[in-house]
Amino acid sequence: VAAPADAVVLDGTGRFVTPGLIDPHSHLGVYSAPGTESQSDGNEATNPVTAQVWAEHSFWPQDPQIPLAIAGGVTVIQVLPGSANLIGGRSVTLRLIPARTVQEMKLPGAPYGLKMACGENPKSVYEEEGPSTRMGNVAGYRQAFADAREYARKWKEFEEKGKDEPKRDLKLETLADVLAGKILVQNHCYRADEMAQMLDLAREFGFHIRSFHHATEAYKIADMLAKDSVSASVWSDWWGFKMESLDGIPENAALVTQAGARASIHSDSEDGIQRLNQDAARAMWAGNHAGIPVTREQAIRWITANPAWTLGIDSITGTLEKGKAADVVLWSGDPFSVYSKADVVWNDGRVVFDRSDPKTQYRTDFNLGTGAPGVGR
Amino acid sequence: VNARLGSVTLLALLAGSRADAQVIAITNGTVYPVSSPKLDSATVILRDGRIAAIGRGIAIPPDATVVDAKGKWVTPGLIHAGSSLGIRLTDSGAQEETQEDVVLGEVKASFNVAEAIDPASMTIPVVRAEGVTTALTMPLEGLIPGQAVVIDLAGDRLEDMLVRSPAAMIVDLGQGGKTGGGGSRAGALFRLRLILRDAKEYAQRKEDFRKAQIQPLAAPAPELEALQPVLAGELPMLVIANRRSDIASALRIAKEFTLRPVIWGGAEAWQIASDLALAKVPVRFNALNARLDNATLLRKAGVEVVAAQRDAAFSRDLRTAAGNEVRNGMTWDDALRSVTLAAATALGIGQRTGSLETGKAANVVVWSGDPFEFSSRAEHVFIRGVDVPLGNRQTELRERYRKLPPAR
Repeated sequence: VAAPADAVVLDGTGRFVTPGLIDPHSHLGVYSAPGTESQSDGNEATNPVTAQVWAEHSFWPQDPQIPLAIAGGVTVIQVLPGSANLIGGRSVTLRLIPARTVQEMKLPGAPYGLKMACGENPKSVYEEEGPSTRMGNVAGYRQAFADAREYARKWKEFEEKGKDEPKRDLKLETLADVLAGKILVQNHCYRADEMAQMLDLAREFGFHIRSFHHATEAYKIADMLAKDSVSASVWSDWWGFKMESLDGIPENAALVTQAGARASIHSDSEDGIQRLNQDAARAMWAGNHAGIPVTREQAIRWITANPAWTLGIDSITGTLEKGKAADVVLWSGDPFSVYSKADVVWNDGRVVFDRSDPKTQYRTDFNLGTGAPGVGR
Repeated sequence: VNARLGSVTLLALLAGSRADAQVIAITNGTVYPVSSPKLDSATVILRDGRIAAIGRGIAIPPDATVVDAKGKWVTPGLIHAGSSLGIRLTDSGAQEETQEDVVLGEVKASFNVAEAIDPASMTIPVVRAEGVTTALTMPLEGLIPGQAVVIDLAGDRLEDMLVRSPAAMIVDLGQGGKTGGGGSRAGALFRLRLILRDAKEYAQRKEDFRKAQIQPLAAPAPELEALQPVLAGELPMLVIANRRSDIASALRIAKEFTLRPVIWGGAEAWQIASDLALAKVPVRFNALNARLDNATLLRKAGVEVVAAQRDAAFSRDLRTAAGNEVRNGMTWDDALRSVTLAAATALGIGQRTGSLETGKAANVVVWSGDPFEFSSRAEHVFIRGVDVPLGNRQTELRERYRKLPPAR
């Protein structure tokens, strides 16, 4: 390909170029740094079902964790509400760019997601009113979607008959949009048996689960995920930090891929998001070492094309193709080496990080006057 | 109580009495002793749980089991300098059944975690398979959480694992210690000073104490007793401190009482690197998320740096932590040092472990390549001269689900 005459030319000799990384599971901006109580905006833990809340209404664009993630080569993230609720509310897909408002960061054309959570977290929060068991969890989802189905019926009836307009209910409105396939279900769920319960729930109410997040036991039901086109958004090897994560293994992503299902590496961490490429490398090599071959092309998809699919933005970004958004990372070396760093990050064509140029290294308002360093020095 | 148990174990090890240790010759490897420059095509002989010889052209004993390390990298076993291995499985608050590292109260200098260690803990084989042979296992929470111990990560009984007990006294001068000071850092420092002063006075006036002819002391006698080795400079005081001002406080108190501090956390340590270097205070840092070249800047200033990672779910990443130091500017040799000899030295076991030297414990790892790279793996992990199995619960799960049964 010939470089146009007016192009800025960067010599990539010895360096690697990939699509911008996409983190399908982040709480940046809703659990901002510093982690004080006043900055804790991720869990509307007032009711097991809070489908009416939207993560974008909590998001703080001045979270000082954002520039660190940009320096790690991440261009797009899904910001989710926390997992204290059975149904925690709407997620939002954002470009990681310096901005004054969340509106500037929203990725045009990205569908909303719905955060749902299985297992330990939601059942441990609502001591008085419940749920307090996994069966209580499932009853809670079922009642919520039964209500949503009824709500959708009333609106359909109104549209047909043109009278008796139902009162808008923001909670049921979101769930009705899930039933209509307009909002993608992003389901925090660790255990294989619980994921199978959720697949049954989705069948009962006729919606689709786009992705199981954390999914430390995805490898046990990888065939079911492949069959139902549900992706698994996982860490490479986190395990044992709670009972339901006890069976996490580093070959999880490799086994899911081998079964023909989509795997993504997610961070769910302000720390991990800075090195998503390393987590993908660890998972790729864990598979290769165990005789579950993963190609480099497959592994790079874990942090680009596959999360793009999970967020419903795969026609916009996630691969380097003519016509797609210019979300690109120039790496100092092999992105699967522990020693490599993102040298330059383009987000929608704009340089948002250049290791060699401090002027491009964003500092949020919070960083100012704190004596805190920038990144990449 | 456990100090005695610890010294007995150490003596047993020094006598080289481990029954199942054999003679092993690791041959043809690229050997990184840490304490000296790397050796190409070198041999390491392990005998009776100790390193018997190291070098090029060494004769292989006729009774040796030979491990051909041609094309492999040979390093000391990695040291996890701040874990909860053996005393905590899950972090989630709902799983108190699996946690043994916290006791009630704020001043718990007498709390030693050794006998809470479960040698059968399922985390140990997972971490070991990543080339970690030795760990500091530490208590948490409170102004003085208690005494940490060093264990080797193999053995059926505590006595087979303990290396040093106690190995460090933990003190929290950050957010976690504030409650013990009534809600302020200044309160925490005030209380710590009172306790240390009274510990001194108690030691000098035990007879008066016995006769109850002494003013009320700042902590019960067992706590003050447990602080004596700290005051004597024999036991390092591992101070949890991340803020620059907290680190400065730790240095101040250490100077006042002539203690041996190790900074644990150290997120802002780079801001006072020269003070730390001057005071010869090592920093064990785990904050990869604050300033990525923290460790590099400290090392350049002459500070001994110990790399670490978070626990249980993450402690298998120790070698990645070292790799990230290199990524952020440290030399490769210094990064290896930060997870071996620097850790051993900071924990007072540098004479015994942390480098490949004749006479040291035979904690050795044979890697398929550069230990910091994801493409490499530990192929042999020797702990006290025993080639420990690398299988664990995770590898069994993997094999069970490698091929899925047909869905019903």
